[in-house]
Amino acid sequence: MTTATVSTPRASTAERTAAREPFRWGKVGTGVVIGLVIVWCFLPFYWMVVLAFRNNANTFDTTPFFTHVTLKNFSYAFDTSINSFGRSLVNSLIIGGVVTLVAMLVGVFAGYAMARLAFRGKGLVLAAILGASMFPGVAILTPIFQLFTSFGWLGTYQGLILPQISFSLPLAVYTLTSFFADMPWELEQAARVDGATPGQAFRLVIFPLAAPALFTTAILVFLASWNEYLLSSVLSIGKTSVAPSTVSIASFTAGPHIVPYTQTMAAGLVVTVPLVIVVLLFQRRIVSGLTAGGVKG
Amino acid sequence: MTVAGPAAGSAEQTATTSPPPALKRNKIKTGEGRLAFLLVAPTVILLALVVGYPIVKGIYQSFQSDPGLDPNTGFFSSASHWVGLTNYKHWLLERCAKTGGGTGKCPAGTLGSQFWPSIWVTIFFTIVTVTIETVIGMCFALVMHRAFKGRGLVRAAILVPWAIPTAVTSKLWIVIFDPQGILNKVLHKHILWTSSQWPARFAIVIADVWKTTPFIALLILAGLQGISADLYESARVDGANAWQRFTRITLPLVKPALAVAVIFRTLDVLRMYDLPWILTGGANGTTTVSILVVKQLNSTLLNTASALSTITFIIIFAIALGMVRLFNANIIGAQAKGAK
Repeated sequence: MTTATVSTPRASTAERTAAREPFRWGKVGTGVVIGLVIVWCFLPFYWMVVLAFRNNANTFDTTPFFTHVTLKNFSYAFDTSINSFGRSLVNSLIIGGVVTLVAMLVGVFAGYAMARLAFRGKGLVLAAILGASMFPGVAILTPIFQLFTSFGWLGTYQGLILPQISFSLPLAVYTLTSFFADMPWELEQAARVDGATPGQAFRLVIFPLAAPALFTTAILVFLASWNEYLLSSVLSIGKTSVAPSTVSIASFTAGPHIVPYTQTMAAGLVVTVPLVIVVLLFQRRIVSGLTAGGVKG
Repeated sequence: MTVAGPAAGSAEQTATTSPPPALKRNKIKTGEGRLAFLLVAPTVILLALVVGYPIVKGIYQSFQSDPGLDPNTGFFSSASHWVGLTNYKHWLLERCAKTGGGTGKCPAGTLGSQFWPSIWVTIFFTIVTVTIETVIGMCFALVMHRAFKGRGLVRAAILVPWAIPTAVTSKLWIVIFDPQGILNKVLHKHILWTSSQWPARFAIVIADVWKTTPFIALLILAGLQGISADLYESARVDGANAWQRFTRITLPLVKPALAVAVIFRTLDVLRMYDLPWILTGGANGTTTVSILVVKQLNSTLLNTASALSTITFIIIFAIALGMVRLFNANIIGAQAKGAK
């Protein structure tokens, strides 16, 4: 009797699990693919880390773990007599910082208006902003190159910053628009009922609520600027005093008869690790930011 | 009386400041429109300056001649003048100026002769990488959607290839694809990955697929998470098998998210520059349209480059528009089917 009463609920749980997972191999398969995804994402990155810490003479060793560990590659990467890599990091920070600031300052108002206010021509503005974000960099590169040649702006900070607005501002506006559209706008309405002007409702109610969205958008914009290569490589015209890190890494050299792989990997790691840390810290927010724009599109 | 005075005054005030509800609504709306205009204007003006103006200017320049030998007089002229479609003919029909005057077919090796090959190779990259990325990305997303343990870890892992600058990943793949590099040693082959035609093309495909498949998976996963589990449950009750559930429920419902991911990725690959340029320098038949534009820029014939920029812009714009219409039609079609 007792065994029967015990086995009955057990059977029902087994049935329930069977109903949820019809295949026994399903769970194992899922685990295997999950493992595969993680290996896929980390393996080449892992190889970069291994090589960044490996002695240059052992570049082509195939040992898959850390051997011939050295920090020489890093001191080499920052050696100002060979590469201006350190300077390029500062340039990337300056360019990325200004681009993010401008895109956010201008974009936050447009994003608010697109998400909250009814106005004529809204669809047209949205189409224009989305259209601008899809423009190929090369479409504006040639005319901008010509214009900046006549301004004398080639190889200057403003010459590198201004063109980046073309992709960072649309990115900021449409990410912010989808974030703002999801916020509890009854609160704004409540503030308006209490006598606040639309401007006050924005400043005092929506802005504090929107801070996380603003922060995530700023990260996305900064990443886009930090990773930009096409415009910067052409418009910096080889001037290392203003060229960002992507340009510096792409033209990384080590002098004659040296294959500078390990040194390049060290420089690449310096550029990448802060990004990876930021991304991992804020992964939940970043994913929501990326997919918010994508799913609603 | 002295106490009642201000009270009566304030009552009067409220009476005057609260007009009938309909009128008030209207008033707020006009105010809203003006506010919206003020809020949107800086963005529109800035984009008009950095995107609109260069494009218009580029189109204008593309009809101007470059400094060089005048085909009519045979003298060098530095002034640019209206040349109509000459710059476009240079690319589309591969017509180059001849030294003796007139035009002829661009000789092999010149940039003019590389236009159509670069178009084809760009389309090749687009079709191959987007197809592979979408199929693998879909598999990843389906599995991640089923997994409960480790979903956070996977999501974090997926952002790693996405966050690394393309310039850095390109350098990383150069190291991996080196003739003496790890890939050849693991495969026990000696493939000249970056210096022979098809291996170089597939090296670019592999590197691009590695970087962006996780991103597509992420977008598809977000779409999957919006599908109600009840749908699957009732389909299962009705006797639908796993394949039927995938084709009849998952695919139609994930289509909007999938469409956005595919359109974004297609536009990205069409303008691909960093990866092929750093990996192969555009050698061995890997010159994409973007690389060709930059090469032309460096040759200082800027108005001819403007024509190429404009052609690229028109092609990408047309493809984008076509894809949006195609996917929209399909989405609407699927909804109409569902309604029946």
